[in-house]
Formats: sequence, C-alpha cells, structure tokens
Amino acid sequence: MNLTTILLQFFALILAPVLAPLLTGWINQCRAWLQNRSAPPLLQPYYQLGKLFEKEVVLAHNASGVFRAAPYFIFAAMVLAATIIPTLSTDLPFGPAADAIALVGIFALARVFIALAGMDVGTSFGTLGARREMLVGFLAEPALLMSIFTASLISHSTSLSTIVDTLGHREFVIYPSLAFAGVAFTMVSLAENARIPVDNPTTHLELTMIHEAMILEYSGRHLALIEWAAALKMYAYSCLGLALFFPWGVPQDVTLSNLSLALAGLLFKLAIGGALLALIETLSAKMRIFRAPEFLGTAFMLAVLGMLVHLLLETGK
Amino acid sequence: MHSIDWLLLLITAWLLIGLAGLIAQRNLAWVGKTLYPLGVLVGLALAGVALMAIDNKPEALVLPLGLPDLPFHLRLDALSAMFLVLLGGTAAGISIFASGYLRKGEGTAPGLQSLEYHIFLASMALVLLADDAYAFMVAWESMALSSFFLVTSDHRKPEIRHAGYLYLLIAHVGAISILLCFGVLQSSAGMGATNGVADYTFAHMRATGHDAFWGSAAFGLALFGFGAKAGLLPLHVWLPEAHPAAPSPVSAMMSGVMLKTAIYGVLRVSFDLLHQPLWWWGVAVLALGLLSALFGAIFSAVQSDMKRLLAYSSIENIGLLFVGIGLALTFQSFGMITLTALALTAVLYHCLNHAAFKSLLFLCTGSVLHATRERSLGKLGGLIHPMPWVAWLALLGVIASAGLPPLNGFVSEWLLLQAFLFSPGLPHSYINMLIPVAAAAVALTAALAGYVMVKFFAIVFLGQPREDTISQQAHDAGWLERIGLSWLAALCVLLGVLPVTVIERLDFVVRALLGAGDYTTPGDAAHSGDWLLLAPISADRASYEPLVLLLMISAVVVATFAIVRRFWHGRVRRSAAWDCGFALQTARMQDTAEGFSQPLRQVFEPFYRLKRELPTSFDRAPFYRVVVEDHFWYWLYLPVARCAEFGARLVAFLQRGRIAIYLLYSFLTLIVLLFLVRG
Repeated sequence: MNLTTILLQFFALILAPVLAPLLTGWINQCRAWLQNRSAPPLLQPYYQLGKLFEKEVVLAHNASGVFRAAPYFIFAAMVLAATIIPTLSTDLPFGPAADAIALVGIFALARVFIALAGMDVGTSFGTLGARREMLVGFLAEPALLMSIFTASLISHSTSLSTIVDTLGHREFVIYPSLAFAGVAFTMVSLAENARIPVDNPTTHLELTMIHEAMILEYSGRHLALIEWAAALKMYAYSCLGLALFFPWGVPQDVTLSNLSLALAGLLFKLAIGGALLALIETLSAKMRIFRAPEFLGTAFMLAVLGMLVHLLLETGK
Repeated sequence: MHSIDWLLLLITAWLLIGLAGLIAQRNLAWVGKTLYPLGVLVGLALAGVALMAIDNKPEALVLPLGLPDLPFHLRLDALSAMFLVLLGGTAAGISIFASGYLRKGEGTAPGLQSLEYHIFLASMALVLLADDAYAFMVAWESMALSSFFLVTSDHRKPEIRHAGYLYLLIAHVGAISILLCFGVLQSSAGMGATNGVADYTFAHMRATGHDAFWGSAAFGLALFGFGAKAGLLPLHVWLPEAHPAAPSPVSAMMSGVMLKTAIYGVLRVSFDLLHQPLWWWGVAVLALGLLSALFGAIFSAVQSDMKRLLAYSSIENIGLLFVGIGLALTFQSFGMITLTALALTAVLYHCLNHAAFKSLLFLCTGSVLHATRERSLGKLGGLIHPMPWVAWLALLGVIASAGLPPLNGFVSEWLLLQAFLFSPGLPHSYINMLIPVAAAAVALTAALAGYVMVKFFAIVFLGQPREDTISQQAHDAGWLERIGLSWLAALCVLLGVLPVTVIERLDFVVRALLGAGDYTTPGDAAHSGDWLLLAPISADRASYEPLVLLLMISAVVVATFAIVRRFWHGRVRRSAAWDCGFALQTARMQDTAEGFSQPLRQVFEPFYRLKRELPTSFDRAPFYRVVVEDHFWYWLYLPVARCAEFGARLVAFLQRGRIAIYLLYSFLTLIVLLFLVRG
C-alpha cells in the first residue's frame, strides 16, 4: 500500500459517483434512438439531480428516522460497492476489505434499507413496492452469488482483485461455465436495476412498478440521493459484469499511461454495455409480476448449472 | 482454586439465587430488582472465568454427589468453555431485561419463576460441564423440566398447556435416544470389559474404538436425540408452539442458549467421543440441515405471529448450523482437516451470533408485547414513534439476523460459504456435485432471511398503527430492559466488526476438537496476520475487513450529509403522505403480514398446507382468512399419534376393571415364569 494506490483508490471513490449518471444518460439516449424518439441530452441525469437538490423536502407526517436516514445509507453503500470493484487497477488498498460475497452483502444491505424506507410511511404503494422488491431480491441475490462463485471457482478466490487478475491474464480459453454464469448475471442485473422485463423505470403504473413504488414518498435531496444511488447501482453492476466476464485491460501496476488506457477501456466497455442494455430493453416486453420469479428462477438454475459444468468439465478429473 | 471450582461455585450461586426467590414469592422489588441483577453478575462472572479458561488444559473434577459408586464427573475443556461463555454472556443480557420485565399477575408468581429460571441456567451450565452419561442426563432432564415449567408459566390458557405438553413429549423422546446413544458408546467395546460394572464416563467412551456399525448407531441416536432438542426437521414442531407460549425472556433463553446445548451435544459426540466419522454421516447431516434451513426460512416468511416468525427463523438458523457440522464431518472423514477447521469455525461462530441476535429479537418482541398486549403482526405498526429505543435496537438485530455486513450474522455466513467454495476436490465425485447445490440452497436461505426480517421489522415498527388503540397505549421499554437490549445489540456489533479477535479464541476449541496434526486453521491466519483482516486461508483467496467497511460506510454517509448541507439547504416541510395523490389513504390499506408474504405463498405453494376463506362479492360482512399449516403435522405426527392410540386401545382390552381378572393375570404370569425358569 503506497501513496499512489491510495490516491488511485480515492480517485475511484470520486469517479464512481461522477461517472454513474453519465451511464444512465447514455442508456436513455440509446434507448430513445432505438425507439425512434428524439433523445434527451447526455447530461440530463445531472440536470435532474441538480434540480432535485435545489428543491425542498416534503415529508409525510409520520415519516420516521429510518425514512430520513435511508437515502444516505443507500447512497453510501452503492458508492462503496462501485469503489471496491476493480475497474482501473487490481492493486486497491480497500480491496481486501470486501470480497465478492461481501459485495453481494452490501447490495443486500441497500435493498433492505430501501424496502424499509418504502414501508415507513405506510402507504399502499410503498408497501406494495417493498414487497415486490424483496420478492425480486430473494431470488436475485443467490443467483448473483452463484454466478460470482463460478468465476471464483475458476480463479480459486473470492477476492475480486484476484478474480480479475486471473481471468484477465490467462491465455484465451472458452469456459462454458462462464457462459452460463454470464447469462445468469445479465438476467439478474436486469431485475436488480429495475429494468424491462422485470420492472419499468419510466412508468408510474401500479400494475408494473416496483422501484418507483417504493420511492414514491421521497422528494428533494432525498430523492436525488436515491436516484443517484440507482445510477450508481447500474454502474456497479456494469463494472462487476465487466470485471467477471470481460476483465481484459485492467492493469496490475499503476502508471499514468496504464491508468489512462484503463480509463479509456472502461469508458469504451461501458458504452458498449449500455448500448446492449438499451437494445435488450427495446426488444423485450414487460412481464407480469408473477412471471418474475420464473425469470429469476431460470437465472438461478443457470448459475448453479454453471458451477456444475465447471466441476464436471473443467476441473480435469 | 482452579477455573472449574470457580465455575461450580457460580453455578451454586445461581441455584441459591433461585431458592432465595421462594422467601418472598410475590415481592417484585425483592425478586425483580435484587435477585435477577445478582444473577446477571453471576452470568458475567461465569462468562469471564470460562473465557479465561478457554486456552487452559482440560480440568476434571469428581463430585461426591450422585448414587453410591456413581459419582458425578465434571470436566472443563475448550468446547465447554466456549459454550459457557455463550451461556454466561447471553444470560447476563436476558436476566437484566427480565429484571425490568416482570409484572404482577402474569402466570406463575415471580419468586417461583425466578427459581425455575435460575435452575434452568444452572442445569444448562452443568450440561456443558458434565463428563459422564449419568451427570449429563441428570442435568439434561433438569434443563428440560425447568424449561417446561417456564414455558407453562401462564398455564391457565389451554393452548399454552398444549404447547408445554408437546415440548415435554418431544424433549423426552429425544432424551431416551440420547440415553441409548450413551449406552451404545460405552458398551460397544464389548460388555464386561470393566469387570462387570459399566464404565459410563466420557473418558472411557473416548478411549474405546467403535466399529462402523455401532459407531453409526451411536451417531444416529445422538443426531435424533439432540436434533429433537435443537428443532431439526422433522422434530421441529415444538419450537413454533413453545416459543410463543413462553414469557419473552424465556423464549430468548430457549432459542438463544438452550438450542445451542443441543449443538454442543452433537459436537461432543461426533468430534470428541466418536473420532472417526464416516462420510455418509456428514452428507446425511448436511441434507437434514439444508432441509431444516430452507423449511424454516420458507415458513417464517408466512407467519403472522411475531414470536412464531422468530421461532421458525430459529429452525432456519439451526439448519445452517447443522449444514456446517455436516460439512465438517464430511471433510474430516476424507482427512481434509484444514477445511474441517474452517467449517467448524463457521459453526462455532454462528452459535455465538445466533445467541446474540435471536435473544435480542425475542426480547424486543417482549417489550412490544408489554407495550401493546398484542402478538399478531396484523394489529401492530408504527411502533418506532412511541418506542424508539426498542425499534432502533431491533433494527440492529434485524440486520444481524438477515446476515448483512457489517454486523455479525454476515461473518458466519461468509465463513460457511468460504467452506463450500474451497471444498471442490473431495475424492467422491457425487458429493462434489452436491456441494454447489448445497451452496445454492444456503445462499437462497440467507436471502429469504432478509425477506423475513424486513417483514418483521417493517410491519411491527414502521408504517401506521393498524389499530388505533396500539399507538395510544404503547410506551418505550424501561431502563433495565434497555440495558439488556443494548448489551445484546452491542454483542451483535462487536462480534460483527472484530471477527479476528473472536476467531483467535475459537481456535482453541477447533484445535481441541480436531486434535494434533498437520493442518492450518482460520485462527492461525488470525495469529499471523493483522487484527483487522479476516482471511481464513490466505488474503489473495478471500478476505473481509468489517471494521474498515463500517468506517468507510460511515465516512461516506457523513461526507455526503455534510456536502449536501453545505452546498444546498436543509429545508423540510411536513405534509400528508403523497401516495400518487390518493387522498383517502387509511392505515388499513397497508400490507398486513399476510399481504406481505403473499408472493412467497404463491412461489412456494406446495410446501404449505393452506386453508383460505375468501369473501364473495355478495357478502354483507366480507371475511378473509388464510391459515398456513405444516405438512409434517399431517404426514408424520398425526399418523404416529393414531398408531399410538390404536396400540393403547389394544392394551386397554386387558384392562377390565375387575380385581378377579387382574389376579388371574398375575397367576398366569407366575405360571409362565415358573415354566421358563424351570428349564
């Protein structure tokens, strides 16, 4: 641990919140193009955040401390999650603090807080959203864990840095198990980030909404933090997907040229990933809420299958 | 004086405190404000002495009590010491809570209840110290009986008497099995080895070798007996009945500590007395544990009584403990001792964690019960406003119980998952295939625990009160109760952020159980590495630093708050809830407990036995009710009960109620015996 790595870690800590709304803006833009609409500006999410921070907070009479504290905790959890995923370098001083399992735990912590906040005011929409969020979560969390486990079985480690190092610097071999895990991971990320086909971030229709229903009572700076945290979650999931399945180009040692190359690589990979996500969203339709367990159950099965395939075919026994 | 003498003294002190309760049975100032706090001091001292003794050599003691030629043997080794720490530490929190919790006119007189409670504590301590089958069974039965009387404190209600009966029945079926297990263990070396007098000490059982058949028989009997106490499937039915029936400190004691004595028993028999496990023992325990864990999680999600919900969640946690034990046994049978050490550390750690967070949550339900007189989730709500202390401390318990970082539940879950991840390489390929499936089930259980805990906390403490009377009469817990809750919550936090310190201590237990040999334990890594970094195998394979994580989260929260306040404003306006502009919102439109679990009822429908009463469109007074029952009750218990009744009726045929017929029976028996003896 030296000064450069600490500076780099600090840079990653700042970079995540700064870059995350850009990714959301890019996805929205791609989606608008694909759907033949005129696109909002790329920086639109920043304008929205700024506007929300300016506005006053309107709290329900019986909102408790949980409701007011939750946005800060959710935001902090997501910043942390985005920071410990190795995106620019695998030599991170905070790397040992949390491995892949702890990362899933941090995501779960944020989910529990947002669900509690949704139930706090005691409106019908809030409780409905919280219930649905937990329904999605209890299947998505083990599926996410299992798809990460496949990658950690290959690299014999749950430390994200080691996973990226091992997977990024091996000779090019196609692992069928990683393919299964990758499909499962994509399905989980769609569900976890409130995307079509599980949720629709653009409507407030009671039949479909999950995420939006929970945060219906939020306003002003609280809402800004929650929206920012949602953007960060999208960013963190994208980075995690890149780290697990496309880990090439993340340097082990830190030099300025390496770093700028890694940053350019990250932006490029995120741009491609965001465009693909917009494509998936455009091509699929929203499912009924009770199809969601089937969708996530499939993801769970695929992830377990990935692990089994690894044990059967790739351990060489 | 040796540690074991001190411990004996402290146990006697508990018994004396209990007896002192009889002096003034109904005097709350005497029983509540004097005796229970004294019990707290004894509990703390017990935990302290045991913690000091955990790295000592085993100490043995023979008491001049018991039958002629059958003295009680006691022994203090690392395993006993660790569970004594758990008992003392948890009992301290629960006793101080109980001291503020006692009220007039609730069932048994407080003095008598204090006697039962302290006998319960003392007998649990003796179970942990016993070093022969006789002392063990005496302590085990005192524990079962004293807890039975505590469960039936409020014995005027028929459902409580019923719950107590069920508990007593299953406890005794289990006890018989444990007794048989000790019988097999002491005799399988061949009868008469010790010139006709059976040697019933654990030292003798440890020294005897057991062949595969008798070893398996002893293991199966132990698993059945201790499983009945722990609530392992399918012997779990007493838990959701007995826990709601008992007063809350008693439920906390039973769930937090008594269930752990069963885990202690399994560990004692399978790792200490039988030291050569077969691989299929481990797989059987693993399978049973997984079933219990999933079953507990799925059922706790649909409960609408808060204590039943926690009872099912205990079944889930016991299941996870057995998963760990099963893994450890499997690894040991294949000689993979390093992995055995990892799995055992996870089990021991989870014992401590579950004791802390489950007793905390049960005590919180006690406070809610006293404040509202209501156990049903469908009538509570919004209690965070009148009872902030209980609510915020319960939130800590909920986060710990849901297995979320940075609190303690996550640490043991993390260790358990690591044990699964490092397991590939088992020589048996079918077991190897089973491991990922089992890991998936553990992950699913952990995620379901999150669902359950959100339901528990949000429905009790958040939202609006579902009944008007609730918010008017509710009040926060008294200061003694707050101390008890805070102590347990502090344990949750400390166990969560200082895992390396804890694992260093647990290492003595693991080494004592596994014996000498060439292997590394998670404790070795803890000794060599720095005290922050938890890395059971090596840092580049897996590591976790909860304290750093906690500090980072706090730093980001504080920084965000400061930045938001500095650059923008702190304006807040209070108004009615928005709810998409719907103005006629009432408290009855919130989710009830049934509503919140409806998706799970749909997903896991085959697991439940559902009874629904749905309203029709023409009902004058529409009525909706859903009852969720356990299949095991109908598939296993009722058939067994019917068989027992049928058998009893056959025997009853002999019972004619006339003295002449009974004399005839005696006469016939005598003749038959004479014929037999003659030959």
